[in-house]
Formats: sequence, C-alpha cells, structure tokens
Amino acid sequence: MHGWRPIGATSIPDAEFTPADVKLDIPIERLGDTALLVRFGAAIDAALNQRVHACAQILRARAPAWLLDLAPAYASLAAHVDTSGLRGDDPLSAAEAWLRETIDENLIEDAPTTPREMEIPVIYGGDAGPDLAEVAARAGIGTEALVAMHMANQYTVAMMGFAPGFPYLLGLDARLATPRHARPRERVAAGSVGIGGAQTGIYPAAGPGGWRIIGRTPLRLFDPTRHPPCLLQAGDRVRFVAIDAARFAELEAQTRRAPT
Amino acid sequence: MLVSVLAPGLLTTVQDAGRQGARAFGVGVSGAADAYSLAVGNVLAGNPPDAAALEITLTGPTLRFGRSATIALCGAAIDAHVDGIALPGWRPIRLRKGTTLTLGACRRGARAYLSVAGGIDVPLVLGSRSTDLRGGFGGHRGRALRRGDEVSVGSPPGNAHHHREAVAIAPWWIDHEPDLDFSDSIAVRVLTGHDASQPSDALHAHEWIVDASSNRQGLRLRGPALQAADARERISEPVTPGTIQLPSDGAPIVLLADAQTVGGYPRIGHVITADLPRLAQRRAGQRLRFIPVDHALAARANAQQRARLGRIAVGVRGLRTED
Repeated sequence: MHGWRPIGATSIPDAEFTPADVKLDIPIERLGDTALLVRFGAAIDAALNQRVHACAQILRARAPAWLLDLAPAYASLAAHVDTSGLRGDDPLSAAEAWLRETIDENLIEDAPTTPREMEIPVIYGGDAGPDLAEVAARAGIGTEALVAMHMANQYTVAMMGFAPGFPYLLGLDARLATPRHARPRERVAAGSVGIGGAQTGIYPAAGPGGWRIIGRTPLRLFDPTRHPPCLLQAGDRVRFVAIDAARFAELEAQTRRAPT
Repeated sequence: MLVSVLAPGLLTTVQDAGRQGARAFGVGVSGAADAYSLAVGNVLAGNPPDAAALEITLTGPTLRFGRSATIALCGAAIDAHVDGIALPGWRPIRLRKGTTLTLGACRRGARAYLSVAGGIDVPLVLGSRSTDLRGGFGGHRGRALRRGDEVSVGSPPGNAHHHREAVAIAPWWIDHEPDLDFSDSIAVRVLTGHDASQPSDALHAHEWIVDASSNRQGLRLRGPALQAADARERISEPVTPGTIQLPSDGAPIVLLADAQTVGGYPRIGHVITADLPRLAQRRAGQRLRFIPVDHALAARANAQQRARLGRIAVGVRGLRTED
C-alpha cells in the first residue's frame, strides 16, 4: 500500500456547525444532488486559480467524513458529498452551510504560496513533435524561434483534467496560440507536449488528442501506483528544457514504466 | 481462488462502488455504471455492497471457476448456463468446483453484474478496485478482460460448502422494482443545471433516443437539436456522473460512471442519483424522457433507494442463515 486515503478519512470528527454569521460573497451552486460548486470567477486567470487551490487546501485540511472529494478547476471548485452521511430533508444544504462556514476569505488571501519549480525536459520536433513546423509557420516564425519562445516562459499548473494527470498550463506566449486540429489524432504518444488554443499541456498517456504536438518528454507524468500519482501538482511553476535524442533515451530508460 | 476467462465477452471489467478522492489528479470515479445492481448482487453473494464484481456489457464472458463459489447475476437479464441448466438472475447460486459458466446476450438492459462471494480480488489503486478504462489502470491490468486472463477472487467468510450438483439455485429472488425499469421508454428525473436551454423546457418537451456511440463515459442522445440560452464559449468547470452536457451540435450527453472530472460544455441538467442505475441499463435505440424535479424530491428518492437496499441486505442475511 502507498498510504493513499480518501480525503474524508483523515478528518477530524464532524464539528457541529451553525449557519455562518459572516456572509460569503462567493456563489455556491448545486452540481446535481451529490455535489456543490464554488465559483470564484469565470475566467482563466492565474490569481483566480490560486484562490481556488488555496480554498481546496483549506477544505481538505478540515474535511468531514461526508466530504468525498474536491475537484479544483480553473476558477471553480466542486465538493463531492456523501449525502447518506448528512441528516435532514435536504442534506446538500447542510454541506453548503459547512462550506460557507469554512471558506474564509482571509485564510484564502493569506494562504502561503511557495510554489515548486519544476523542469520538464523535452525533445522538440521530429517524430516527437510532428506539428512543430506547422505551429511555427502559423506564428510566422522559424522552428528554432518557436522552441526558444516555448522554453522562455514560466508556466503555472492550473489544474489536472481531461485525463488522469493531464496538466493544464497557464502562461503560453500569446503568439504561439494555435487552434486544435479539426480532427483529433487517433493516437498521441505518452509525454507529448502540445498547444491547444492559448494553452499548453502534456499528454500523460497515449491516446486520442486534438492538440498540436511540438515535442515529447521522457518523464512519466502519471503513475497511479506512485504517491502522489502526478509528477506535477496545481500551482507548480514549470519550465521546458530542450534535450537531444541521447538524453531523451537516457531519461526514458530511468523512468520506464514498470510492467503492470 | 482463480476464475479463468475462456471467452471475454464484449466489454467485461472489474468495478466496485468507485474511486473517490482522486479528482484533483484528474481521476474520475469509474465504478459500476449501475451501482444499485452491483450492491444487490454483492449482498446476494454475501459480500459488502461495495465489493468488486464483473460488469458485463451486452454480451457476457465464459468463465471457469477453480473452486466452488456462490455467485449472483444482477442488472440486465442475461442468458446464463451451466451444464445446459439456465441460471436466473437476482438470487444466490452455488457453483461446484470446476464449473464452466457461460454468459450470453443481455436480453433486457445493457449491463449485467456478476458478483462472486469473496469479491474480485484485484489490487486497490487510489483507493478502489475499479477499472479506469481511459486512464488504463485499476481493475484487472487496467483493461477489459481478455481470453486467457485469470482473475483472483477473495476468500469468502464462513464455511466452504460441498454439494454434488453442478448448481444449486436459491428458490427466492430479489425484485428490482422500482429501481430499474427495462421498458422501451422510461422516465428519468432531472434537476436544473447551471445553463438554461433555449427554449427553457426543451429538454423535457419530448423523448430522446439513446445513440449507439454511448459508452461508460456517457449516453449520447438523439432528438431535435437543442441550443444553450447562452452559447458563448466557457471555461472548464467540474462535472460529475449524471451531468447533462450540451455540445455545440445540440445533442445532449448524460455523463455516466466514467465521467471526466471537468468539462467545458454548457450543463443543462443533472439526473438524480437514484435514476442513474436505470440510465446505465439503456441500450442503443431505446428511449427516455426527462422529468423535472426539485432537490427535496431527489433527496427523498435517494434516501428511499438506500432504504430499499438496506431492507434487501437484512432480508437476504435472514434467508442465508436459514439454509
């Protein structure tokens, strides 16, 4: 075993909670009959996203047993609830009262931000990056300039989604924004670094995908038997570093996935 | 005990009650698409309701049991045979050591559940034994069963039983009404979503047909194209099983157990939890209509379904100790 437990399992005993005196401005709406959605905004914005993850951290640290899961996204956060663990005719309203009590604006503002800095080695172009030339042509620059621009920026991991361990990265140079393929590729290799609209991201596993692929990393982004399973976590600052084929092979051998 | 897969069926996966607590990693719930049938099957087999079982889609596998076993088949009505004897669903069945169980077509419904006393014993991954098909992990090697696989079953509590017959079938069974409805057109209760459709009652105004491209991730519905009242592009927000998404082609998608964690399409409604099992049993070409309900009714329906499951567990325990 790897010490992984559902979030509610580490909790303190359920505290008695009463409707909060302080009014929370953040809207909370219902996501069906088993989840609540806390919305901080409706834009892709680094500061908004940081508030989402600070809030998730606060809720996780105080999670009662009925709080099954938290799903932080760009500007919103879902709290998934075991309604059988709550009393009353409307169990979600009890969960909502707890959220309003627990989400403290001051705590969110004061949340410590010491993001990790991560380097992702990438082999750009060739078989590893079949769309590199096209992305460069669309941007009206050479492929070397494109690679330099992609490496120059520091990116922030906004969330994991789409697939297990897929990091959505904020901070792409606006000049490199490229629309997705009209028809997604049937198979994108694991580790592929892509551009989808104004975002860049990394495919953790092989599968279909519509983003423009400019390179590939030998690092293993997602391994469900590892703790934590994701190499990157929300809030991390990421830089891409170009490597050659020899270095790629060396790193790939080190990180080659164990047979399952 | 090992169960040998002589033929895999169309899509047979190991599923339990699902994986909670990993959405921050982009990992969805997975688990049985029809959680009600999983729970009843496990109770009949003497397992905890959330134990891992085999979820069988449309056409079943052929399996050989390395030891005697108590099993139950719930969910879809599936053709099941041992030595030419037809096996009924929704009751405990004892199989002699070395028995070959042949599962054929689902006659009504889309997904049958084979629970085996002791539970399917695959490793826990991120807290669950469920197969995450898109992530390629969990369950049996992260994939559907194949011919030649050997699946491990845990040791059931209590004494091993010995009998001469190939099968021993309990004379009583569980009635799945009202939690499942296999008729050609069913009603499914929905709560409002974040986004309105245009006109606002368009989702409830007529019947929908289940498209053949539906899978564990979602049911794709065919009907008159819907429009979101606000068609502007929006950023990805959390979704969950039951969420009804409206892509730009106007054909709604109801997310099922393999729902992704976030999505960018408008959300025009949510199917209540108590109705997800009957939704998971829809087959391509079958129809459904949506009935708007409020949260108080949804909470009551969910509590009533849990109460029925609780009564079934108590009743089955009593019957099992009698024989």
